[in-house]
Amino acid sequence: MDKHETSAEHSHGYGIYILVWLALLSLTAITVAVAGIDIGRFTVATALLIACFKSFLVLNIFMHLKSESRSFRVFVGVAIFFLAISFILLFADYSFQ
Amino acid sequence: MISTQAAEVHVHRDDVGSRMGMWLFLFTELLLFGGMFILYSVYRFTYAEEFHRAAKELNTVVGAFNTAILLTSSLTMVFSIIAIQRDQKSLSLLMQALTILLGLFFMVNKYFEWTSKFHHGIYPGSDELLSRSSGEILFFGLYYVMTGLHGIHVLVGMILIAIMSRFTIKDLITHDNYVRLENIGLYWHLVDIIWIFLFPLFYLIT
Repeated sequence: MDKHETSAEHSHGYGIYILVWLALLSLTAITVAVAGIDIGRFTVATALLIACFKSFLVLNIFMHLKSESRSFRVFVGVAIFFLAISFILLFADYSFQ
Repeated sequence: MISTQAAEVHVHRDDVGSRMGMWLFLFTELLLFGGMFILYSVYRFTYAEEFHRAAKELNTVVGAFNTAILLTSSLTMVFSIIAIQRDQKSLSLLMQALTILLGLFFMVNKYFEWTSKFHHGIYPGSDELLSRSSGEILFFGLYYVMTGLHGIHVLVGMILIAIMSRFTIKDLITHDNYVRLENIGLYWHLVDIIWIFLFPLFYLIT
């Protein structure tokens, strides 16, 4: 059956997860280090960019989105898209008041 | 394959549908926290200076340490699933216990962090806080609500993992039927992701 094969696909070695974990820890260290440097408004942007990349890693590797079927990725994409719309529309209105 | 044989026995099982249901639930969580992040961003935009001043009072070291704890707990969560896939029941149980323990460490840190703030007279509605500017009051209000709600999620996650451990012991979660453990794992990782954003937004405002 298909559904069980997709489950079995999740079974990787431990190695990739340790690598991702190390990457996540390093990115946290980088976020803290960058926060100490004053680069004006780019500080927030950098912190958020790194946070987005960390989430991308967690979603794809830890939450197995990479090995799930396409519909899962479409669903997650739509959810994030609508969240982004609320942010964009709000700030499009708010920042020009 | 073993999994194919299992599929013939469990006719009424749909692991993909089960995980999809969990993801749909996670989207509601995304909107719950998303709404708060929107609130946060608007107030930070309005009171940039006050947010900057208030954030200096949070302990970056404790925040960074808690981030590391939560990231590590995500790793042990993944390990517990791999172990059960490989039919290593006791290893999976050990990893689940470790995940709960790391969640507990996180909460203990949070406890000390909050109580030290209380000792400085900073808590919602305190005289000390109310004497400050409205931007700082908003910052600490958001800080308590958002990290508090996140803390409740960690607590719920720990309870859920404990229930999964019980299922594992009773062989309700096995090497060819572990979707429940996977779903709780998904929840645990989402809580981790929310913290990934909370940490820089509250602790690292320069």
